[in-house]
Amino acid sequence: MADEKEKLVEEREEKLNAERQKIDTFSDFGNMYNFKKDFNYSYKTEAGLTEDIVREISEKKHEPQWMLDFRLKSLDIFNHMEYPDWGPDISGLDMDNIVTYVRPNAQMKADWNDVPDDIKDTFDRLGIPEAEKTSLAGVGAQYDSEVVYHSIQDELVQQGVVYTDFDSALEKYEDIVKSHFMKLVPPTDHKFAALHGAVWSGGSFVYVPAGVDVSIPLQSYFRLNAPGAGQFEHTMIIVEKGAKVHFIEGCSAPKYNVANLHAGCVELFIGDDASLTYSTIENWSKNMYNLNTKRAIVGKNGTINWVTGSFGSHTSCLYPMSILQGEGAHCEFTGVTFAGKGQYLDTGSKVVHNAPHTTSNINSKSISKSGGVCIYRGSVVINPKAEGAKANVSCESLMLDEQSQSDTIPAIVVKNDNIDLGHEASIGRISDEAIFYLMSRGLSEDEARAMLVRGFVEPVSKALPLEYAVEMNNLINLELKGSLK
Amino acid sequence: MSELLRVEGLHIAVDGKEILKGLDLTINTGETHVIMGSNGAGKSTLFNAIMGNPKYVVTAGRIFFEGKDITDAPVNERAKAGIFMAFQQPIAVQGISVENFIRNAKSTVSGQQQRIMPFRRKLHAQMEQLKMDKSYAERYVNDGFSGGERKKTEILQMCMLEPKLTMLDEIDSGLDVDAVRIVSETVSQYHNETNSILVITHHSEILQHLKPDFVHVLINGRIVKSGDASLIQTIEANGYEAFRGQAE
Repeated sequence: MADEKEKLVEEREEKLNAERQKIDTFSDFGNMYNFKKDFNYSYKTEAGLTEDIVREISEKKHEPQWMLDFRLKSLDIFNHMEYPDWGPDISGLDMDNIVTYVRPNAQMKADWNDVPDDIKDTFDRLGIPEAEKTSLAGVGAQYDSEVVYHSIQDELVQQGVVYTDFDSALEKYEDIVKSHFMKLVPPTDHKFAALHGAVWSGGSFVYVPAGVDVSIPLQSYFRLNAPGAGQFEHTMIIVEKGAKVHFIEGCSAPKYNVANLHAGCVELFIGDDASLTYSTIENWSKNMYNLNTKRAIVGKNGTINWVTGSFGSHTSCLYPMSILQGEGAHCEFTGVTFAGKGQYLDTGSKVVHNAPHTTSNINSKSISKSGGVCIYRGSVVINPKAEGAKANVSCESLMLDEQSQSDTIPAIVVKNDNIDLGHEASIGRISDEAIFYLMSRGLSEDEARAMLVRGFVEPVSKALPLEYAVEMNNLINLELKGSLK
Repeated sequence: MSELLRVEGLHIAVDGKEILKGLDLTINTGETHVIMGSNGAGKSTLFNAIMGNPKYVVTAGRIFFEGKDITDAPVNERAKAGIFMAFQQPIAVQGISVENFIRNAKSTVSGQQQRIMPFRRKLHAQMEQLKMDKSYAERYVNDGFSGGERKKTEILQMCMLEPKLTMLDEIDSGLDVDAVRIVSETVSQYHNETNSILVITHHSEILQHLKPDFVHVLINGRIVKSGDASLIQTIEANGYEAFRGQAE
């Protein structure tokens, strides 16, 4: 018995090691995400944003009137709202050139074999069907503006778990969608939330009934293939009392010379005693403006656990927010951001403590190289009702060369005296001393650097399922390759 | 008995300042050598130079290992050749467990992928000998370790990596009496006719266990006197002052 377990552990660890080593031999890995498919589509809108385009999107999707009204109201807000006056420069983004809706040449399928070959090939190359077989309870795959494939284990369906594309959800669960849609992130929140409200399409809907523990993760993969397009998927997850689920999103796109825009919206509703882990591995191409909004509201003794790895995009503004609404609600944020040449990644986390004994723990790490910029921007707000709240923020930055930049902009607002708050920030470099120590144990300089960077992000790798930890390590090795002497 | 290490007329500069000024040293397999000398004499500099720390610039002289000139070899090639240095102040490495770190190192220096379970068993046995709790294998390298625990982890690495030449840079500093005994017994046990030990120390206690074959006195960047273990008593009794004249 012990031998068998030992064997299993060994096999698992060796598989992980083998994956790590594959990187060194797989020289083509750099192009793994950057392959383009011929640009096929069944329908797309003209570039830019007008009322006609919004009406067209809604009509093509056969939406109820209230959704069209919502879109138009959002468009109006968008038209009257100023661009944010803080954060990274987004002047390279010309809304008149962004195609807001590209319907892929495919209908939503529940059987992988029915997905058209060129799209199937894309996801095959990204390893999605393989992951479904080995480690996922449900999979969604979005190509450009719409979801082309969705599946979920029968066992979960029988327990009442819903995991579907957002259009189907709007059709089948209209009441639930209507009462939750953009309630956490209203279109008035900021200009890109308004844009999302006007032109959203695609995304996933997850509903986990009270007491159900979905032990294997669900995953949605977002692929933006069309040049100059925007992706505006909406993700809604409702976890009822005492239920538990782990949701993973992966994002990638080939690189084009024109700007692409991602302005998705994620709304997470976590009930009393419920728990949601929301993991993201984001590797958008380096022409992407990633202006995404994610928000969670957490009930009594519930938990939101964010795990995020941000590697891609030209410019990112991403600050997952947790509203701790019920007594004893807890937020855990573990994130790593990696900015290379030409990237400006402005990321962080926001927490609002609205109830007694709520707790939050933010652990952010950033790595910048070759002139990349990493900014940690976050806030912790402790409201008067949050008696006995505890919050801790830790930001660590690692700069791999002299040209790179890193900064920390934490905002803390405290309106209750009886709380416990900790904050620490550090900015460092890899020391020659550390490289010498590792090399004296036989590692080459490149291996030594990679080991130190991997060690630095270990808290995030540890929080991810094995396959994603491997993918993240691969991305790090890939990012490091160009920067090593 | 064959020649393992030969240092010839070695001059080393650090940040433009000359520290070693023509040092000669030969170590054969199976021998234990001790370098003694006052603070700042250049003892740690010699170790760093043999290990290949790029901060320590060779301005003249050569270093040979098993007859091969390694003066310009990178640090990791020297490690693979069988040179090991136990650091005076080992650094902490975040996020890498002691076990993974040493297994990775062992795979690299031996050129053979180490299987997890057999390696783990050997590591645990070695930790037991060093009276280290097994839980240390899962902790990040030296992270939150006391001075003594760090030193034991260095010796653990030596035992697992099985180098031909082990350089111990004040391995006994910061250790309590029991730990000095455990560490030196472990080194003695590891030492045999196929490998050699080179020690820097300020204390004679560890030498009672290690039983050096040769003692060298390093003053002002040169070895001014070499002898057998009896030299230790002379130093203990008279200090280094007596040797200063010979340095000029």
